[in-house]
Amino acid sequence: MNPDDFDNFGLRDLIHRCFRCGYCKFPEDYSFFSCPSYQKFRLETYSPGGRLWLIRAAINKEIDWTEHLSEIMYSCSACNSCVEHCVMEIGNHLTDIMVEAKEYIVESGLTPPKIRDFLEGVKKYGNPWGEPRGKRGEFLIGTEIKNYDRNDEFLFYVGCLGSYDPRCQEVARTLGEVLLKADVSFGVLGNDENCDGNEVKMLGEAGLFELLSEGNIRKFEKLGVKKIVTLSPHSYNAIKRYYPDFGGKYEVLHYTELLLHLILEGKLEFSKDFESKVTFHDPCFLGRWNNLYDAPRKVLEKIPGLNILEMEKNRKNSICCGGGAGNFYTDFLGGKDCQSRIRVREAYETGADFLAVACPVCMTMFDDALKAEGLEKNIFVKDISEIVKEAL
Amino acid sequence: MVDVLKCLCEIVGKEFASNKQEETYIYSRDLGAMEPRRVDFVVMPKTTLEVQKIVKLSNENKIPIVPMGGGVTTSGLTMPVKGGIVIDLKRMDQITLVNEKSRYVVIEPGVTQGQLKSYLEKNYPLLRHSMPDAPPIASVTANALVHGSGHLSQRYGFHSDMINGMEVVIPEGEIIKVGSCSVSSFWFSRSPLPDLAGLFIGWYGTTGIVTKLSLRLYPKEKKKDLLAFMTKNPDLIPDIWYEVTQLEVAEDVASMYYPALFKDLIFGYVCVTGNFDEEIAFKKRCIEEAFKKYDSRDDFSFTKVVPLKKLFLETPLLPITQFADERKGGGFEYVGPIMPIENYPKAHRMGLEIALKYDLHFSSMVRVIGRSNSMMFGFAYPFNRADEDEVKRVGEAIRETNEAVIEMGGIPWKADIYGQQMIINSMDKGTLQLLKKIRKVLDPNGIMNPGNLEGD
Repeated sequence: MNPDDFDNFGLRDLIHRCFRCGYCKFPEDYSFFSCPSYQKFRLETYSPGGRLWLIRAAINKEIDWTEHLSEIMYSCSACNSCVEHCVMEIGNHLTDIMVEAKEYIVESGLTPPKIRDFLEGVKKYGNPWGEPRGKRGEFLIGTEIKNYDRNDEFLFYVGCLGSYDPRCQEVARTLGEVLLKADVSFGVLGNDENCDGNEVKMLGEAGLFELLSEGNIRKFEKLGVKKIVTLSPHSYNAIKRYYPDFGGKYEVLHYTELLLHLILEGKLEFSKDFESKVTFHDPCFLGRWNNLYDAPRKVLEKIPGLNILEMEKNRKNSICCGGGAGNFYTDFLGGKDCQSRIRVREAYETGADFLAVACPVCMTMFDDALKAEGLEKNIFVKDISEIVKEAL
Repeated sequence: MVDVLKCLCEIVGKEFASNKQEETYIYSRDLGAMEPRRVDFVVMPKTTLEVQKIVKLSNENKIPIVPMGGGVTTSGLTMPVKGGIVIDLKRMDQITLVNEKSRYVVIEPGVTQGQLKSYLEKNYPLLRHSMPDAPPIASVTANALVHGSGHLSQRYGFHSDMINGMEVVIPEGEIIKVGSCSVSSFWFSRSPLPDLAGLFIGWYGTTGIVTKLSLRLYPKEKKKDLLAFMTKNPDLIPDIWYEVTQLEVAEDVASMYYPALFKDLIFGYVCVTGNFDEEIAFKKRCIEEAFKKYDSRDDFSFTKVVPLKKLFLETPLLPITQFADERKGGGFEYVGPIMPIENYPKAHRMGLEIALKYDLHFSSMVRVIGRSNSMMFGFAYPFNRADEDEVKRVGEAIRETNEAVIEMGGIPWKADIYGQQMIINSMDKGTLQLLKKIRKVLDPNGIMNPGNLEGD
């Protein structure tokens, strides 16, 4: 796209079709605002419709591209709640339009500094924090998780948070140990793993996403990868949804799907009761993006002694943790009434002992939110794989 | 010269006040066909005291202020005519109390239709409020203050009739109460006091900013059903409505003309509600009896098996919003005059003629109000926002529709400023003088939504 000219805006013929009727701000029962940025900022500019009208205004050169406009665009966490709840035909394209606008911002050099840092980190080091590539596999030290070889059935794709964030590293190790216990034939890429690119795509760096996808696909092809299990729904989304466009076609499973399969096949047998109340948070990139709502719940249902308490905001009406599209790094959506804090309050109010997650982004967002709310001694965030392991 | 933005930031916090191009752009236009109008500042207060401070700031500095609820009027009512500050009230979103036994709710102006519906369903399942056919983001307070109507209006009248009382920040900054809450701790009624609510209802935000509203709630029956008819003949409609409302068994009585779905037929429906199957069956039988009068006609058909029945029993009425997408162009504006029901045939034909003249799509949604005392006749013109010529033609069609409505004895509802001018120009001179005097007394500096409710 030529930064000076929006004529090539692929979704140009759609963008005027938003009425700003406001259905996109709500879940199905209208009881709260499900759009994370509208919930936080409340100005119409931060609503999905407001953003679309602003993009159109910029396309038509009625307004200038400014730092503020870029911030408004990057406050979208790509949670797809607007896509789910828009009642017009344009609904399916809302996030696509946002991503395309972000592509324009990136190409125009108007990217907010935090986004630029994120993208630079991924470009140079394969992760947003700029951590050395040689540290990517360090979380494996002391485990029996081995590197992938072509005889393995599954490539366990860990992702950036699972590789570098200490709490998510624990989860990645736990999942690996559970898979080993079930005699799953798998391996990881360790230091050879690179960023999956999902957030890069959502942040509008189309060129970098293409590079990452093609690089990962080349690596997968070389190793003969056919099946991939991901820790993160974000990786799952990128590899399943976008990699086929670059020739990378794999059988992709989120780990909760694989765990369910293993439980049903009798390869994972529980020997202990998990006598606790657990509430599950639907990750956006698993639920609304990929319609995968049941597998995590069915895994939890199979665990003896575990009592599932549903939060009122669940499945397609679930709220976002606020960390999507790089916001776990940029924190544009932080603050007292941000979605992650609203969510942990809701989880606590169910009376649950544990808030179960199936996504490293949600894990980090809720861990922080619990501390901010002073609830870290009242309810604990656990990944589903950790709960499974404790019950084995 | 006062630094207005700085003052606003001090009142509400810097994240909720702006004069940046992005905010002034978005707040300077709505989903209708009106030309955008200049906005200087946008501010989002959270409390009545913050509203008061903003009003005092505006009054001292003679800066126009425009209160905004949901912003979905389609007729530009929250777009300033003379620039100034748009006060977006959506952060004032508390449902402050529900009195279950006396069946009323007290809300702030940012409470949305969807929010109140959801709240009552969860917490007071035996109560409900009258929902307009607007999207769920519409403000309950703003809708009542502009004489909105909804699915209980056939029974109970305009939403403005359902107001029990209010708290208002008037233009010089005083906070006043209207209705029983001015004397008592209860918000149950506007009687038996001088009815000051009339100073703030139907005034297009020119007399004050309502910061709390008490609204009547109604029993929610357990069961509901729908009966419908189709006719090509608009001349039948007033008679049908008269017959149906005479029975006193119908809840909602409405009709829809939507060629994309019903071709050249008018689709009319009657909603019945009750707590017992026998009650519903009896009400349906009463209405069927009334419809027998038209059995022999070849231009009328009655049906108990209604297409899209479930959708028409839901609130908010989603099909209405989706019908707005007919042109796939993101533009929708309608004129919704309040008229006597005998005007239906003339109004229907007029809508068709105007649409033909301006080469537009026409549809209508018409609701009977107060047992056929009147109707809200929505002349709807969906349009393609990307087609400048079509946007212009819609503007002309709206203006012509308003003129024709006034000529036939109707009054445009939540009219755009041109429609308001037509109303004022047609108004009894003594009445107009009184309106002007009241405004002058309440708002000596003319800060409240100036340009509205004014003649040429």
